[in-house]
Amino acid sequence: MTAILKGYALRLLPQIIALAAILLMVSFVFPGFFRLEIQNGRLYGSLIDILNRGAPVVLLAIGMTVVIATKGIDLSVGAVMAICGAVAASSITSGHSLAMTLVITLGTGILCGLWNGVLVALLDIQPIIATLVLMVAGRGIAQLVTEGAILTFNDPGLIFLGSGSFAWLPLPVIIWLVFGILVALIVRKTALGMLIEAIGINRQASTLSGVLTPVLLIAAYMLSGLCAAIAGTIAAADIKGADANNAGLWLELDAILAVVIGGTSLLGGRFSIAASVLGAIIIQSINTGILLSGFPPEFNLIIKAAIIVFILVLQSPPVRNAFTFVALLRTSRKPTERQAR
Amino acid sequence: MKPKYLPLTATIVIFVLSYALCAAQYPNILSTRVIGNLLTDNAFLGIAAVGMTFVILSGGIDLSIGSVIAFTGVFLAVVLDNTAIHPLAAFAMVLLITTLFGAVMGAIIHYLEMPAFIVTLAGMFLARGMAFVLSIDSIAIKHPFYGTMKGLYYKLPGGGRITLIGGLMLLVFAIGILIAHRTRFGTDVYALGGGTTTAKLMGVPVGRTTILIYALSGLLAGLSGIVFSLYTSAGYSLAAVGVELDAITAVVIGGTLLTGGSGFVAGTFIGILIQGLIQTYITFDGSLSSWWTKILIGLLLFVFILMQKGIVYVSRSERRHA
Repeated sequence: MTAILKGYALRLLPQIIALAAILLMVSFVFPGFFRLEIQNGRLYGSLIDILNRGAPVVLLAIGMTVVIATKGIDLSVGAVMAICGAVAASSITSGHSLAMTLVITLGTGILCGLWNGVLVALLDIQPIIATLVLMVAGRGIAQLVTEGAILTFNDPGLIFLGSGSFAWLPLPVIIWLVFGILVALIVRKTALGMLIEAIGINRQASTLSGVLTPVLLIAAYMLSGLCAAIAGTIAAADIKGADANNAGLWLELDAILAVVIGGTSLLGGRFSIAASVLGAIIIQSINTGILLSGFPPEFNLIIKAAIIVFILVLQSPPVRNAFTFVALLRTSRKPTERQAR
Repeated sequence: MKPKYLPLTATIVIFVLSYALCAAQYPNILSTRVIGNLLTDNAFLGIAAVGMTFVILSGGIDLSIGSVIAFTGVFLAVVLDNTAIHPLAAFAMVLLITTLFGAVMGAIIHYLEMPAFIVTLAGMFLARGMAFVLSIDSIAIKHPFYGTMKGLYYKLPGGGRITLIGGLMLLVFAIGILIAHRTRFGTDVYALGGGTTTAKLMGVPVGRTTILIYALSGLLAGLSGIVFSLYTSAGYSLAAVGVELDAITAVVIGGTLLTGGSGFVAGTFIGILIQGLIQTYITFDGSLSSWWTKILIGLLLFVFILMQKGIVYVSRSERRHA
């Protein structure tokens, strides 16, 4: 048991160190950063704010991790967020109950994922291109649903999803925590995670060895669509309206980045959902940190780009090979030292 | 007919058919004024799409061009607003910067063996961030030379005008076609798109070609930024968001395989015209809403991807039977 825990800790160590370093840096320039207080039965503070604001990217990153592990990519999640936000808003304003609205919205997201999955798994189209179709058309579809306007609603139940709180935590945080743990348990406590990694490493070989590749691939994209639907509902509930143009704009890139920072390779294979969630929290900490520390927000993108390049260079094959070479030298030297003794 | 000409032919047929349909409904769409505007309005997109065609032909992708266009516009606006530098000198400076920017991305992709998708994504953040740092406001460009350049045009019979930027796009496409089909670099790009390992075995200088491709894309994105600033007479750091997607779409609709190695620069030109035609039709119609543009283009994209899949499948089975 302790060995397993130690393994998890080692896997997440780089991300935890990066997060701690960023949080410490922010706390130096913004002294009240770690302060938490309870008001009206809910925790308030910058840390809670990061967890709350980061909810959409965390949710997208969970689905994106599984898709990327199959050696795919889902560019459409931002557009699917916009579609689902629009569907949720139009469903609730046209008089459906909250439960019905949620079923319709999540169903829409899963349907979008099914479309992507069928293109990738059955028609064998490159994931980047297959999901590009929905990325281009998706915002148009969302505008079609809202008829070009920002569709506002005032259903207290739906709004509660975006700004309510439960057990001292904002509801979006609870939603992604529960959903993330659920997905992680499903893929790790069954063989699913291993089969997904097998597809990512070699799709043909895993098909030949009896893995139901098309079903798993479609399921991965459907999960990503479901994540985008939840994220879209939260984003719409947060502003009490569906903005087809701006909801989830460029969030697909943040989600991919979160997965890459989490150490999951874009070439598929081994993945860690916890690490991707940490990656998303790192991105949100950078965003919130830059705002809090009084840096001009203009620098936000440059700092973000610099951090990405740094992390990517560390992960790039030549640099990693150099590291393993040094490590190999050390381990190969040890036995000879012993022999000398 | 060789299968490699099929996508291009299909694109041309679709364009001619849709143009005829539009003309049957609104005969005015045939006037040279509409054609002139079609060229002028899509000039910046077309120039950027030529660079994107080379990148995609080589099997890569460049997500940074929209941001580079915005950066170029803001850079020009800031330089012309605050210094006495002549616009032509400023053009040369900004083209140098964007070419170097592209070359560095190409070098990172080649030497660090990182996916082009992620490297140019970081480039996209970086270029947009630089534009933000230069200025977050929209700055008008009031230099008299801009007025002179905007006043230059070639008058077509029927009152249409080929403006300076519209003509520039045609010129860039012509040069692009020459480079792709008549130079060593062009063949290297196609070879690279066929597979890095085979290209290396054939003696293609992979590193140099990769760097040159992204440098060319950077150069054309810079040129596109200059055209965009002429078109709008302003520099704004939030401008040209998503242009890379429009360019990729134009390339795919133009019949270039996104896996690289097969396609034509001329096809991209038709791709641009089809996108422009959809927009023009929606303007002529007046009752259709603008979001139909996105849905139609998405649909076209889907049809073309399916068609390409079909062609690849057919040509493969032919080879097996031969």
